[in-house]
Amino acid sequence: MKRNRREFLKLAGITTASVIGATSGLTMAEASGSGEAKHKAILAKNQKALTAKRWGMVIDTTKLQTASDIEPIISACHKIHNVPEMTNKNHEIKWIWEEEFKHVFAEQEHELVNERLRHLPFLVLCNHCKNPPCVRACPTNATFQTKEGIVMMDFHRCIGCRFCMAACPYGSRSFNFQDPRPFIKETNKEFPTRMKGVVEKCNLCAERLAVGKLPFCVEASNGAIIFGDLDDPQSEIREVLNTNYTIRRKPALGTGPSIYYIV
Amino acid sequence: MLELALKGSKKFYGWLIALLVLAGIGFAFYLWQFNFGLGITGMSRDVSWGFYIAQFTFLVGVAAGGVMVVLPYYLHNYKAFGKITILGEFLAVASLTMCMLFIIVDLGQPVRILNVWLHPTPNSVLFWDTLVLNGYLLLNIIVGWKVLEAERNGVHYKSWLKPLIYISIPFAVSIHTVTAFLYCGLPGRGFWMTAILAPRFLASAFAAGPALLILLCLFVRKATKFDPGKEQIQSLAKIVAYAISLNLFFFLCEVFVALYSGIPEHIDHIKYLFYGLHGHGILVPWMWSSMGLMVLGIILLVNPTTRRNEGVLAAACVAVFAGTWIDKGLGMISGGFIPSPLHHVNEYAPTFPEIMITLGVYAIGAIVLTILFKIVVSVKEEVNG
Repeated sequence: MKRNRREFLKLAGITTASVIGATSGLTMAEASGSGEAKHKAILAKNQKALTAKRWGMVIDTTKLQTASDIEPIISACHKIHNVPEMTNKNHEIKWIWEEEFKHVFAEQEHELVNERLRHLPFLVLCNHCKNPPCVRACPTNATFQTKEGIVMMDFHRCIGCRFCMAACPYGSRSFNFQDPRPFIKETNKEFPTRMKGVVEKCNLCAERLAVGKLPFCVEASNGAIIFGDLDDPQSEIREVLNTNYTIRRKPALGTGPSIYYIV
Repeated sequence: MLELALKGSKKFYGWLIALLVLAGIGFAFYLWQFNFGLGITGMSRDVSWGFYIAQFTFLVGVAAGGVMVVLPYYLHNYKAFGKITILGEFLAVASLTMCMLFIIVDLGQPVRILNVWLHPTPNSVLFWDTLVLNGYLLLNIIVGWKVLEAERNGVHYKSWLKPLIYISIPFAVSIHTVTAFLYCGLPGRGFWMTAILAPRFLASAFAAGPALLILLCLFVRKATKFDPGKEQIQSLAKIVAYAISLNLFFFLCEVFVALYSGIPEHIDHIKYLFYGLHGHGILVPWMWSSMGLMVLGIILLVNPTTRRNEGVLAAACVAVFAGTWIDKGLGMISGGFIPSPLHHVNEYAPTFPEIMITLGVYAIGAIVLTILFKIVVSVKEEVNG
């Protein structure tokens, strides 16, 4: 019990610190200490934290054939991130969900598309673009890109203007049209719930990477999702990309998605 | 000068009270929205901007339209407009007030609005939009007020105003250009992604703004002792005629590019708006009405005999105003979101509370406009004895 609590505090500290650090720089120690040399706040970093230059994912759709292969992955993510199950479809919140080929790769769709692909459920989530239009659009820096290439949200800074939703060409963002808390079946106390009026989306499990764990969807996928450092030529993900033909969503837009699909 | 707004007829007070009641009702609905969240509107995950942002976009245009009287007078020394520049400037003030309010009612977390300036982000077009809109509002208040005050006192306005007047001209262009840039720089939104969007916004602005101004001038002449002038109204009418023609021309350029290139991402939105897509098309009758109204406006305004008849002119201005309102205030925003980037067709219509909040904002704009125009008219009556 005691240990759990300590772990939680450590986790919370790291998550908060990484959010503050990435958005506004660290200035809290600078205010005090007149005349003395400027102090720098020291970030306690978990020794086990997973790090990369640019995180990415390969989703191997040959291993995810049916809805029952996909369902556990979606519910795993939505459970630990307190994603509510809204009753009104207009107000849906989705971090990772399922779409058909004609919606995921709309520009590739045609009447003779392979039968398997036509009915295959595709997993879609935030693409954590290299050149994210949502970050460019946000008027408050509430959505930002970390040094490791993750596109994240600061729920406390977001003013709810939804410019990022208009800017995202993948429909990856959701808005809290009402208080989401009554619609969360079981609250995970290790991750914040959101309030009404802010935008949210997949954070590539930054809170889990910070304590040395893989993203939860990767863990729940039984090897169908390969996760790793796209900038590391020795990484497993690079090996997978090298040995398989992969496609990305809407490459012509120049956003540089970090999510690849083996079809 | 503010005291001039306090001395009015019974009709004047009755009108103001009616507007206040409407604003109050709108505010009550806003409190509901503030409490519950934007879920009481018709917006959705797919159509994440709706009626509020559409009204904002349209009214930025009306505000920018004010420059059509300022520019000929101050840059080309077109003396006739000297009489009505103040009306254009105060119309811009009222429109911009509504723009600000529409942005505020559209925010999910309105109490955090200052984050836009506390964490300035030059990469965001919205950040720039707040700067130019506030700048233009301030310029119009200062210039309008000071020039009118000088007129009342029978002196020439102070020379330091001149640079502000000149700056206000490019500012007017900038507010609608930056507002168009909100939309046309977004990858994956084919309907908006056209370089003609900002010019088209300006063209429809220079039609809608002066069209409303003509209607206001006709009303002022009828209801008060101040006559804005026949020549002035006719000159404005010519401006509206050219601007609305340009707007339609720019729109047809867009239609040509989309249809001839045959690129689905560009065609689909136009198809949705004018023919319906996958069986969905609630905006179809609206869009055709908009086209009809704009064409009617062009016919009546370009033809000198109809234009010179002030009764017909008024009807033409109503047609132009309504046509451009449907174009921008209904079709432009939701049309860009439907179909969604994943090619889902999820339609949008404003809900009753959403419409009431919108009417409330319009009522506040009308109050501001009424008070400012009352001051102008009182000063003009006073000066002309």
